[in-house]
Parts: sequence; structure tokens; C-alpha cells
Amino acid sequence: MNRFSYTRANDVSAALEAHRAPSAPFLAGGTNLVDLIKEGVARPERLVDIRRLPIAAIQPSADGGIEIGALATNSAVAYDERIQSRYPLLSKAILSGASAQIRNVATVGGNLLQRTRCHYFYDTATPCNKRRPGSGCGAMNGVNRIHAILGASEHCIAVHPSDMCVALAALDASVRVTGGEGERVVPFDAFHRLPGDAPHIDTNLRDDEIIVAVTLPAEGFADRYAYVKVRDRASFAFALVSVALALKLDGTRIEAVRCALGGVAHKPWRDRDAEAALRGKTLDATTVRDFASAMMRDARGLPGNAFKIELTARAIERAFEQASGISLAAREDDAS
Amino acid sequence: MNTTPTATALDVGAPHAQRVACTLSINGGTQTFDIEPWTTLLDLLRERCQLTGTKKGCDHGQCGACTALVDGQRINTCLALAVSYDGAEITTIEGLASGDTLHPMQQAFIDCDAFQCGYCTPGQICSAVGMLAEGHAHDAAEVREAMSGNICRCGAYPNIVQAILQVSSANGVDETAVENGETHS
Repeated sequence: MNRFSYTRANDVSAALEAHRAPSAPFLAGGTNLVDLIKEGVARPERLVDIRRLPIAAIQPSADGGIEIGALATNSAVAYDERIQSRYPLLSKAILSGASAQIRNVATVGGNLLQRTRCHYFYDTATPCNKRRPGSGCGAMNGVNRIHAILGASEHCIAVHPSDMCVALAALDASVRVTGGEGERVVPFDAFHRLPGDAPHIDTNLRDDEIIVAVTLPAEGFADRYAYVKVRDRASFAFALVSVALALKLDGTRIEAVRCALGGVAHKPWRDRDAEAALRGKTLDATTVRDFASAMMRDARGLPGNAFKIELTARAIERAFEQASGISLAAREDDAS
Repeated sequence: MNTTPTATALDVGAPHAQRVACTLSINGGTQTFDIEPWTTLLDLLRERCQLTGTKKGCDHGQCGACTALVDGQRINTCLALAVSYDGAEITTIEGLASGDTLHPMQQAFIDCDAFQCGYCTPGQICSAVGMLAEGHAHDAAEVREAMSGNICRCGAYPNIVQAILQVSSANGVDETAVENGETHS
């Protein structure tokens, strides 16, 4: 690791003050940041330790939802009884990510701010526009099996690696931040960025801001939900693709649907037009297949990751089956 | 030459290396260290405390060999900066036994032949102790999932799962559907 100074903050304003110094990132759980420092990807001059800030509580919010403090650990959230009963989608997504040791330390705020696991981002011997703006993209013509099929740019095809964030996107969570210009609330969809021509900027959090909490709205879709994660091994692996689905049904008629995809884009992927088109329809194999096709209509595959397009469509179908309990009739191309 | 006595013409100092005081309770004894901020808990345990039971495997949080119990919870000590844990209570593999009596998990690993080379074993045992305290794994499949942060390259997994279930059943955890270790789809 490179040498760095260390500041321990005991309250939010002290943390923000110390964070003003150049190259002084916040240290929370450290499960990503410490690794990035070891790899030489992050080379901070100072770490601002925020582990002791009093923003770890999980508590009811004014509008009937739940507010999760930014420093609540993944384990604390996933096993919280209120989260398990009212937002089981979130609990399931969190528990499908990382290992128990990491979940015991990693925090909600850190989860939102974790960097991509693109091999080229981590390999300082290769070019990477996210790590060193303007240096190029090693993944574009390299090994790109894990990379984006939606919302990518010629500058970056990295994906956001989180499971938790996919569920938070489906649940229409919001992010409460505070800093230079006071407090503001960012809708989850607007928190992370697509790469465009500035892939080194992952989020719309400003340099002088800190995440204070993530807020869940009252509706948690506890009756009909699914988190389907497809990965290369049964546990402790990042998603090739994942689907967070929240559903409301009247019989077989779809009253509400929220579908967020993980592992396919620079941020959790929602398509509100596709969701709106599904409302009022009868849930059957055709409508679900059409919905999956609509979600994938702008998908573009590279030699290494084109398989993800059909994989994602099928993962969406499986999520609908799990969430609804309705068996979607086998299609002809399933016969094998 | 006309210099003012307060002016600084040149100031070449050693590179600034901040050191921080850090007090930890390790296996029941409290110690204070003067450490560099980039010292991991793993390196502190091994290099400063000579507690080499906690192993350095991947050093990236992916193998679990460095697992120890910090304030009762299992964590990867390779990803933990020691300064950040000032005041914490740490239990390593060296602190599990009571005198000459092994911790039940240590004894179960021996009884079940739950290791070959033994390098991952301290991490496996600390992780298993932490897992049972968490109380979320009740059968072989759940134990496998809950222990996925600990890699065993010798492949002793069946016996590791058996050892853990032996201890958990002694603690009153349901041991039905134990054999064969079906995994979650």
C-alpha cells in the first residue's frame, strides 16, 4: 500500500471538513477501498475514517418507510426483522452478495460507492478510462465476458457490481446526502451515472458531499418479489446478470411491476417504458417474453458477452415465475 | 549575503510517516501499539503480536484464511486497517481454547478430519465459530452457503461441513437433511 495519513472523524461535519483535502477519501468498511489501495488503483494521500459517525441506525421514516443509515452493515440490514418482513427483496439481494465476513463489515453507503470489478480497471499495467481518464479501454477489445450490454459507451463497458443496489433500484429507494450545499435527496435512479465520455465519475455525489442514509418508501412488495442471480459459482461471485423484480397482481392481471437488472450496465438498469407497457396485462409466457425482449431492445453484445442478452431475458422470465408462482409454459426452444 | 534569520531556504525532511496509537484487546489481553495507518489487522497480528495462526492467503478478502473474530463477528483481517479498529476486542485461533481444552470447533475439526494441509483451517474454524454465533445456518446447504467466504484448496469441504454440523447439533441446532450436502439452486 502507498503511505497515507489518517484522520478519524467523530461527526459528519468533521468528516466533510477533512474530506476537503485533495485525495482524502472516506474509509467506512474498507472492503473495497483497502483492496483498491493494495492494488495501486487508489492512491490516497489521506484516509478519513468515518466508521464512528452516528449514522448506522435502521429506523422508521416519516412517510411510513424505513431509513437505513449509511454506515449500517450489509449483515445488519439483511437480518433486520423489519427489512426481512417488509423488504425481503432487499434482504435476499444483500445475502446473495459477497461473503459473510465481508457483509459483516461492508456498509450501505460503501456499497453504493464501490468501484467496478472490471479486470482492466484493477490491472494498473493496462489502459482504463475509468482509472486513468483518456488512457483507453482494455476491455473493449479484450476479455469482456463480464461487461455491459446496456448503456455502455465507447469509453467504458464496465458494470456496477452490487446486488444490494439492484434491489434498491427496484424498490425506488432514495439516497440522502449532505455537504457543501446542504442536504438533498437523490432518487436512486439518479445516483449512479452511465459512463458516457466521463467513465471515471461513477455517481452524481459531489466531491463535498457524504451519503447519510438510504430511504425505502412504504411499499416493499413483500408478497411478490424475486431476486434471481446468475453467476459462475454457487456462492461468493459477482453476478453475470441479476434481476430484482417487484410485482403486484390481481389474479393474473399485472397491477404494478418494477424490474431492475444487475451485471448488465454501469448502474442498476430500469426501463420504465417497458414496465408501464406491462401494467394491466395478463401475466403469461407471452407477455413476460415480450417484456424481457423490450428490456433488451437496446442491448448490444460484444464477442465475450453477447450471451448475456438471452441469459438476461431468461433470468427475467425466471424472476416472474418465482415472484408470481405462476408457471410460464415451456417455449419450443426450451426443448432440449 | 543578506539573509533574514526566519526565512527557510531549504527544508528537506524524511517523508512524513504518521504513526497512530491503537489499543486492542487480543485474546483477552489489552495491548497498545504505535502503528502506521496502512497496517492491516492481519499484519499487526502476525508481525507485531507473533500470532501467526491467522494466515495470509490471498490478502484480498477472497479466501478467508485471515478470518478472525472482531467484537464477536467474523471478518477478513486482511481488509481491515488496524487503526480503524482502535478499542476492538479480537479473538484469533490462538484464543479459542480454554487452557489445554480445545474449543469444541477445534476438536470437531480433528474428530472429522476436516483438513489436509491445514493452511485454511484457522480461518475456517474462526469463521465457523462466528457463523454459529450468527445463528442463520441450520443444515448442510445453509452451512455451505454461510461458509462460502472460506476457500479450502485441499477440498476438505464435506468434512468441514460435518464438523460444523457436529458442533451445531451439540448446541441444539436441527441436523435433519444433513447428509449429501445438497446445495441451493
